[in-house]
Amino acid sequence: MNAQQAAEKLSADIDGAKVVEFRDEHTLIVTRDTAKDVLRRCRDEFGFDFLTDVCSLDHFGDDPRFEMVYELYSMERHDHLRIRFPLSEEEKPDTVSDLWPTANWHERECYDMMGIEFEGHPDMTRILMWEGYPFFPLRKDFPLAGRESDMPDVAFTNPAPLAGGPFVTSPSDASTLHREPRSREMD
Amino acid sequence: MADTQQAVVTPDSKVEGNVIFTRVDSAINWMRKNSLWPMPMGLACCAIELMATGASRFDISRFGAEVMRFSPRQSDVMIVAGTVTYKMALAVRRIWDQMPEPKWCIAMGACASSGGMYRSYAVLQGIDRLIPVDVYVSGCPPRPEALLEGLMKLQRKIEGEQSTLAQLRNPNADDDTDAVTEIEAAKANA
Repeated sequence: MNAQQAAEKLSADIDGAKVVEFRDEHTLIVTRDTAKDVLRRCRDEFGFDFLTDVCSLDHFGDDPRFEMVYELYSMERHDHLRIRFPLSEEEKPDTVSDLWPTANWHERECYDMMGIEFEGHPDMTRILMWEGYPFFPLRKDFPLAGRESDMPDVAFTNPAPLAGGPFVTSPSDASTLHREPRSREMD
Repeated sequence: MADTQQAVVTPDSKVEGNVIFTRVDSAINWMRKNSLWPMPMGLACCAIELMATGASRFDISRFGAEVMRFSPRQSDVMIVAGTVTYKMALAVRRIWDQMPEPKWCIAMGACASSGGMYRSYAVLQGIDRLIPVDVYVSGCPPRPEALLEGLMKLQRKIEGEQSTLAQLRNPNADDDTDAVTEIEAAKANA
Protein backbone atom coordinates (compact mmCIF):
# COMPACT_ATOMS: atom_id res chain seq x y z
CA MET A 1 0.00 0.00 0.00
CA ASN A 2 1.39 3.39 -0.95
CA ALA A 3 0.76 6.86 0.43
CA GLN A 4 -2.11 7.57 -1.95
CA GLN A 5 -3.97 4.41 -0.98
CA ALA A 6 -3.32 5.09 2.70
CA ALA A 7 -4.66 8.62 2.37
CA GLU A 8 -7.76 7.41 0.53
CA LYS A 9 -8.45 4.67 3.04
CA LEU A 10 -8.07 7.10 5.94
CA SER A 11 -10.28 9.75 4.34
CA ALA A 12 -13.00 7.15 3.85
CA ASP A 13 -12.81 6.14 7.53
CA ILE A 14 -12.52 9.56 9.14
CA ASP A 15 -15.30 12.16 9.22
CA GLY A 16 -14.46 15.42 7.53
CA ALA A 17 -11.16 14.18 6.08
CA LYS A 18 -10.09 15.23 2.61
CA VAL A 19 -7.27 14.15 0.29
CA VAL A 20 -5.41 16.71 -1.77
CA GLU A 21 -2.94 15.73 -4.46
CA PHE A 22 -0.39 18.11 -5.89
CA ARG A 23 2.41 16.90 -8.14
CA ASP A 24 2.36 13.38 -6.71
CA GLU A 25 2.41 14.68 -3.15
CA HIS A 26 -0.49 13.45 -1.05
CA THR A 27 -1.94 15.50 1.74
CA LEU A 28 -4.67 14.41 4.10
CA ILE A 29 -6.57 17.28 5.68
CA VAL A 30 -8.24 16.36 8.95
CA THR A 31 -9.45 18.13 12.11
CA ARG A 32 -7.76 18.78 15.42
CA ASP A 33 -9.83 16.11 17.20
CA THR A 34 -9.17 13.30 14.74
CA ALA A 35 -5.53 14.14 14.03
CA LYS A 36 -3.96 12.07 16.78
CA ASP A 37 -5.86 8.92 15.76
CA VAL A 38 -5.01 9.47 12.12
CA LEU A 39 -1.34 9.89 12.93
CA ARG A 40 -1.32 6.79 15.12
CA ARG A 41 -2.96 4.75 12.36
CA CYS A 42 -0.47 6.10 9.84
CA ARG A 43 2.33 4.78 11.97
CA ASP A 44 0.81 1.46 13.04
CA GLU A 45 -1.29 0.40 10.03
CA PHE A 46 0.37 2.13 7.10
CA GLY A 47 4.01 1.90 8.09
CA PHE A 48 4.92 5.59 8.26
CA ASP A 49 7.67 4.96 10.76
CA PHE A 50 9.51 8.27 10.40
CA LEU A 51 8.20 11.71 11.30
CA THR A 52 10.21 14.09 9.12
CA ASP A 53 8.85 17.34 10.46
CA VAL A 54 6.18 19.01 12.52
CA CYS A 55 5.50 22.61 11.63
CA SER A 56 2.87 25.25 12.02
CA LEU A 57 1.57 27.95 9.71
CA ASP A 58 0.21 31.32 10.74
CA HIS A 59 -2.61 32.43 8.42
CA PHE A 60 -2.81 35.82 10.07
CA GLY A 61 -6.21 37.41 9.53
CA ASP A 62 -7.94 34.11 8.76
CA ASP A 63 -10.07 32.07 11.10
CA PRO A 64 -8.91 29.60 12.32
CA ARG A 65 -5.57 31.31 12.49
CA PHE A 66 -3.08 28.45 12.62
CA GLU A 67 -2.50 25.24 10.75
CA MET A 68 -0.44 22.24 11.82
CA VAL A 69 1.53 20.22 9.26
CA TYR A 70 3.00 16.76 9.87
CA GLU A 71 5.36 15.26 7.30
CA LEU A 72 5.45 11.47 7.43
CA TYR A 73 7.84 9.12 5.68
CA SER A 74 8.01 5.39 5.29
CA MET A 75 11.55 4.08 5.49
CA GLU A 76 10.49 0.84 3.87
CA ARG A 77 8.51 2.13 0.89
CA HIS A 78 10.25 5.52 0.56
CA ASP A 79 7.04 7.51 0.26
CA HIS A 80 5.71 10.62 1.91
CA LEU A 81 2.38 11.57 3.37
CA ARG A 82 1.44 14.97 4.70
CA ILE A 83 -1.22 15.44 7.40
CA ARG A 84 -2.67 18.90 7.95
CA PHE A 85 -5.31 20.36 10.19
CA PRO A 86 -6.51 23.88 11.01
CA LEU A 87 -6.21 25.17 14.56
CA SER A 88 -7.74 28.20 16.22
CA GLU A 89 -5.79 30.39 18.62
CA GLU A 90 -7.49 28.92 21.69
CA GLU A 91 -6.99 25.26 20.74
CA LYS A 92 -4.09 23.05 21.72
CA PRO A 93 -3.16 20.08 19.53
CA ASP A 94 -2.33 16.73 21.11
CA THR A 95 1.33 15.85 21.30
CA VAL A 96 2.62 13.03 19.11
CA SER A 97 5.88 12.74 21.03
CA ASP A 98 4.58 9.42 22.42
CA LEU A 99 4.27 8.08 18.85
CA TRP A 100 7.53 9.46 17.46
CA PRO A 101 10.03 10.66 20.08
CA THR A 102 11.44 13.10 17.52
CA ALA A 103 8.24 15.12 17.80
CA ASN A 104 9.36 16.29 21.23
CA TRP A 105 11.78 18.91 19.91
CA HIS A 106 9.70 19.76 16.82
CA GLU A 107 6.75 20.59 19.04
CA ARG A 108 8.91 22.63 21.38
CA GLU A 109 10.03 24.63 18.36
CA CYS A 110 6.41 25.19 17.32
CA TYR A 111 5.73 26.43 20.83
CA ASP A 112 8.82 28.63 20.88
CA MET A 113 8.24 30.27 17.51
CA MET A 114 4.41 30.30 17.20
CA GLY A 115 3.13 29.96 20.74
CA ILE A 116 1.21 26.75 20.04
CA GLU A 117 1.11 24.61 23.16
CA PHE A 118 0.77 20.85 22.89
CA GLU A 119 -1.53 18.82 25.12
CA GLY A 120 0.34 16.05 26.95
CA HIS A 121 3.88 17.12 25.94
CA PRO A 122 6.43 16.00 28.56
CA ASP A 123 8.45 19.26 28.51
CA MET A 124 6.62 22.20 26.96
CA THR A 125 9.45 24.74 27.19
CA ARG A 126 11.23 26.97 24.72
CA ILE A 127 14.02 25.42 22.66
CA LEU A 128 15.70 28.21 20.64
CA MET A 129 14.90 31.37 22.57
CA TRP A 130 15.42 31.47 26.32
CA GLU A 131 12.82 30.84 29.00
CA GLY A 132 11.26 34.16 29.80
CA TYR A 133 11.46 35.63 26.29
CA PRO A 134 8.05 37.27 26.05
CA PHE A 135 7.25 36.95 22.32
CA PHE A 136 6.61 34.31 19.65
CA PRO A 137 8.79 35.60 16.81
CA LEU A 138 7.48 33.63 13.82
CA ARG A 139 3.93 34.91 14.21
CA LYS A 140 2.98 37.17 11.34
CA ASP A 141 2.16 40.08 13.66
CA PHE A 142 5.67 40.01 15.14
CA PRO A 143 8.02 42.42 13.35
CA LEU A 144 11.12 40.88 11.78
CA ALA A 145 13.22 43.54 13.46
CA GLY A 146 12.17 42.15 16.81
CA ARG A 147 10.97 43.92 19.91
CA GLU A 148 12.81 45.14 22.94
CA SER A 149 13.04 42.72 25.83
CA ASP A 150 15.26 42.51 28.85
CA MET A 151 15.97 39.90 31.48
CA PRO A 152 18.81 41.27 33.60
CA ASP A 153 21.87 38.95 33.50
CA VAL A 154 20.06 36.45 31.28
CA ALA A 155 19.44 38.03 27.91
CA PHE A 156 18.19 41.12 26.15
CA THR A 157 17.01 42.01 22.67
CA ASN A 158 16.80 45.24 20.74
CA PRO A 159 14.98 45.91 17.49
CA ALA A 160 17.28 45.60 14.48
CA PRO A 161 17.56 48.48 11.99
CA LEU A 162 15.77 47.19 8.91
CA ALA A 163 16.17 50.35 6.80
CA GLY A 164 13.29 49.27 4.61
CA GLY A 165 15.13 46.15 3.54
CA PRO A 166 13.63 43.12 1.84
CA PHE A 167 11.96 40.13 3.50
CA VAL A 168 10.10 42.39 5.91
CA THR A 169 6.61 41.15 6.70
CA SER A 170 3.85 43.65 7.38
CA PRO A 171 1.05 42.30 9.52
CA SER A 172 -1.99 42.31 7.27
CA ASP A 173 -4.26 39.82 5.54
CA ALA A 174 -3.21 40.99 2.10
CA SER A 175 -1.56 38.50 -0.24
CA THR A 176 2.00 37.36 0.35
CA LEU A 177 3.16 39.56 -2.52
CA HIS A 178 2.01 42.61 -0.62
CA ARG A 179 2.95 41.37 2.82
CA GLU A 180 6.47 40.35 1.92
CA PRO A 181 7.60 42.19 -1.23
CA ARG A 182 11.01 41.41 -2.69
CA SER A 183 11.98 45.03 -2.29
CA ARG A 184 10.53 48.12 -0.72
CA GLU A 185 10.62 51.81 -1.41
CA MET A 186 13.04 53.53 0.89
CA ASP A 187 11.61 56.40 2.94
CA MET B 1 93.17 36.25 37.33
CA ALA B 2 90.09 36.55 35.25
CA ASP B 3 90.01 40.36 35.58
CA THR B 4 93.39 40.95 34.02
CA GLN B 5 92.73 38.53 31.16
CA GLN B 6 89.33 39.97 30.27
CA ALA B 7 90.77 43.43 30.04
CA VAL B 8 92.76 42.47 26.98
CA VAL B 9 90.45 40.03 25.14
CA THR B 10 88.19 41.17 22.31
CA PRO B 11 84.67 42.24 23.26
CA ASP B 12 82.19 39.42 23.88
CA SER B 13 80.72 38.77 20.46
CA LYS B 14 77.61 37.31 22.05
CA VAL B 15 76.68 40.65 23.57
CA GLU B 16 78.30 43.21 21.32
CA GLY B 17 76.02 44.31 18.51
CA ASN B 18 72.97 42.78 20.19
CA VAL B 19 72.35 45.51 22.71
CA ILE B 20 69.43 47.74 21.79
CA PHE B 21 68.54 50.97 23.52
CA THR B 22 64.81 51.64 23.66
CA ARG B 23 61.97 52.71 25.88
CA VAL B 24 60.16 50.22 28.10
CA ASP B 25 56.88 51.07 26.37
CA SER B 26 58.31 50.27 22.96
CA ALA B 27 59.90 47.06 24.15
CA ILE B 28 56.71 45.87 25.81
CA ASN B 29 54.60 46.82 22.80
CA TRP B 30 57.01 45.02 20.50
CA MET B 31 56.75 41.87 22.58
CA ARG B 32 52.98 42.09 22.86
CA LYS B 33 52.30 42.70 19.21
CA ASN B 34 54.42 39.81 18.01
CA SER B 35 52.88 37.28 20.33
CA LEU B 36 49.13 37.77 20.17
CA TRP B 37 47.44 34.63 21.33
CA PRO B 38 43.97 34.55 19.82
CA MET B 39 40.79 33.38 21.48
CA PRO B 40 38.95 31.95 18.46
CA MET B 41 35.30 32.81 18.96
CA GLY B 42 34.08 30.91 15.91
CA LEU B 43 30.32 31.26 15.66
CA ALA B 44 29.52 30.78 11.97
CA CYS B 45 31.05 30.51 8.50
CA CYS B 46 33.73 33.13 9.31
CA ALA B 47 35.24 30.49 11.56
CA ILE B 48 36.07 28.43 8.46
CA GLU B 49 38.08 31.32 7.07
CA LEU B 50 39.65 31.76 10.50
CA MET B 51 40.75 28.12 10.36
CA ALA B 52 42.14 28.67 6.86
CA THR B 53 44.05 31.67 8.20
CA GLY B 54 45.59 29.43 10.81
CA ALA B 55 46.44 26.64 8.36
CA SER B 56 49.55 26.26 6.23
CA ARG B 57 48.59 28.28 3.15
CA PHE B 58 47.99 31.57 4.95
CA ASP B 59 49.86 30.71 8.13
CA ILE B 60 48.94 33.20 10.82
CA SER B 61 52.05 32.14 12.73
CA ARG B 62 54.07 34.47 10.46
CA PHE B 63 52.55 37.19 12.65
CA GLY B 64 53.04 35.42 15.92
CA ALA B 65 49.36 34.71 16.42
CA GLU B 66 49.22 30.99 15.80
CA VAL B 67 48.64 29.94 19.39
CA MET B 68 44.87 29.57 19.36
CA ARG B 69 43.90 29.35 22.99
CA PHE B 70 40.57 27.83 23.81
CA SER B 71 41.03 29.04 27.34
CA PRO B 72 40.20 32.73 27.70
CA ARG B 73 42.62 33.07 30.61
CA GLN B 74 45.59 32.58 28.28
CA SER B 75 44.39 34.75 25.40
CA ASP B 76 45.25 38.25 24.24
CA VAL B 77 42.94 38.89 21.31
CA MET B 78 39.41 37.66 20.83
CA ILE B 79 38.54 37.08 17.19
CA VAL B 80 34.76 37.17 17.00
CA ALA B 81 34.15 35.23 13.79
CA GLY B 82 30.50 34.87 12.94
CA THR B 83 26.91 35.72 13.73
CA VAL B 84 26.39 36.66 17.35
CA THR B 85 22.87 35.65 18.35
CA TYR B 86 21.35 37.15 21.45
CA LYS B 87 21.43 33.72 23.02
CA MET B 88 25.19 33.46 22.43
CA ALA B 89 25.95 37.13 23.11
CA LEU B 90 26.21 36.92 26.86
CA ALA B 91 28.42 33.84 26.63
CA VAL B 92 30.78 35.83 24.37
CA ARG B 93 30.70 38.64 26.89
CA ARG B 94 31.47 36.25 29.73
CA ILE B 95 34.47 34.78 27.92
CA TRP B 96 35.68 38.31 27.17
CA ASP B 97 35.41 39.17 30.87
CA GLN B 98 37.51 36.12 31.71
CA MET B 99 40.39 37.26 29.48
CA PRO B 100 43.15 39.03 31.38
CA GLU B 101 44.24 42.55 30.47
CA PRO B 102 45.72 43.71 28.19
CA LYS B 103 43.25 42.35 25.66
CA TRP B 104 42.04 43.27 22.22
CA CYS B 105 39.12 42.33 20.03
CA ILE B 106 38.82 41.80 16.29
CA ALA B 107 35.28 41.76 14.87
CA MET B 108 35.68 39.47 11.89
CA GLY B 109 33.12 39.81 9.11
CA ALA B 110 29.86 41.63 8.57
CA CYS B 111 27.84 39.79 11.22
CA ALA B 112 30.21 40.34 14.11
CA SER B 113 30.70 43.97 13.06
CA SER B 114 27.10 45.01 12.45
CA GLY B 115 24.74 42.04 12.43
CA GLY B 116 25.39 41.73 8.70
CA MET B 117 22.49 40.44 6.67
CA TYR B 118 20.73 39.25 9.80
CA ARG B 119 18.46 42.18 10.55
CA SER B 120 16.39 40.04 12.81
CA TYR B 121 14.96 39.56 16.25
CA ALA B 122 17.53 36.88 17.04
CA VAL B 123 20.84 38.56 16.18
CA LEU B 124 22.88 41.12 18.10
CA GLN B 125 23.56 44.00 15.72
CA GLY B 126 27.31 44.09 16.18
CA ILE B 127 29.48 42.70 18.96
CA ASP B 128 30.61 46.24 19.76
CA ARG B 129 27.31 46.65 21.59
CA LEU B 130 28.69 44.36 24.25
CA ILE B 131 32.50 44.51 24.14
CA PRO B 132 34.97 47.12 22.84
CA VAL B 133 36.25 46.30 19.35
CA ASP B 134 39.72 47.35 18.15
CA VAL B 135 39.61 46.25 14.52
CA TYR B 136 36.67 45.54 12.21
CA VAL B 137 37.31 43.27 9.24
CA SER B 138 34.81 43.62 6.40
CA GLY B 139 33.67 40.73 4.24
CA CYS B 140 31.08 38.00 4.25
CA PRO B 141 33.13 36.07 5.16
CA PRO B 142 36.44 37.96 4.84
CA ARG B 143 39.20 36.16 3.02
CA PRO B 144 42.16 35.05 5.16
CA GLU B 145 44.24 37.89 3.72
CA ALA B 146 41.69 40.34 5.08
CA LEU B 147 41.92 38.86 8.54
CA LEU B 148 45.72 39.01 8.36
CA GLU B 149 45.45 42.65 7.32
CA GLY B 150 43.20 43.22 10.34
CA LEU B 151 45.74 41.53 12.54
CA MET B 152 48.52 43.74 11.17
CA LYS B 153 46.34 46.79 11.78
CA LEU B 154 45.95 45.63 15.36
CA GLN B 155 49.72 45.15 15.65
CA ARG B 156 50.22 48.70 14.41
CA LYS B 157 47.74 49.89 16.98
CA ILE B 158 49.55 48.06 19.77
CA GLU B 159 52.85 49.60 18.63
CA GLY B 160 51.47 53.00 19.51
CA GLU B 161 50.10 52.13 22.93
CA GLN B 162 51.44 53.91 25.98
CA SER B 163 51.86 52.89 29.58
CA THR B 164 49.64 54.56 32.13
CA LEU B 165 52.62 56.47 33.44
CA ALA B 166 53.42 57.86 30.01
CA GLN B 167 49.80 58.84 29.54
CA LEU B 168 49.83 60.68 32.87
CA ARG B 169 53.02 62.53 31.96
CA ASN B 170 51.73 63.57 28.59
CA PRO B 171 47.95 63.78 28.80
CA ASN B 172 47.58 65.47 25.42
CA ALA B 173 48.97 62.51 23.50
CA ASP B 174 46.31 60.08 24.70
CA ASP B 175 45.23 59.25 21.18
CA ASP B 176 46.84 56.11 19.79
CA THR B 177 46.71 57.36 16.23
CA ASP B 178 49.26 60.11 16.91
CA ALA B 179 51.83 57.59 17.99
CA VAL B 180 51.06 55.35 15.02
CA THR B 181 51.48 58.24 12.57
CA GLU B 182 54.71 59.14 14.33
CA ILE B 183 56.04 55.61 13.94
CA GLU B 184 54.98 55.41 10.30
CA ALA B 185 56.62 58.76 9.58
CA ALA B 186 59.81 57.55 11.25
CA LYS B 187 59.73 54.37 9.15
CA ALA B 188 59.24 56.39 5.98
CA ASN B 189 62.24 58.57 6.83
CA ALA B 190 64.51 55.64 7.69
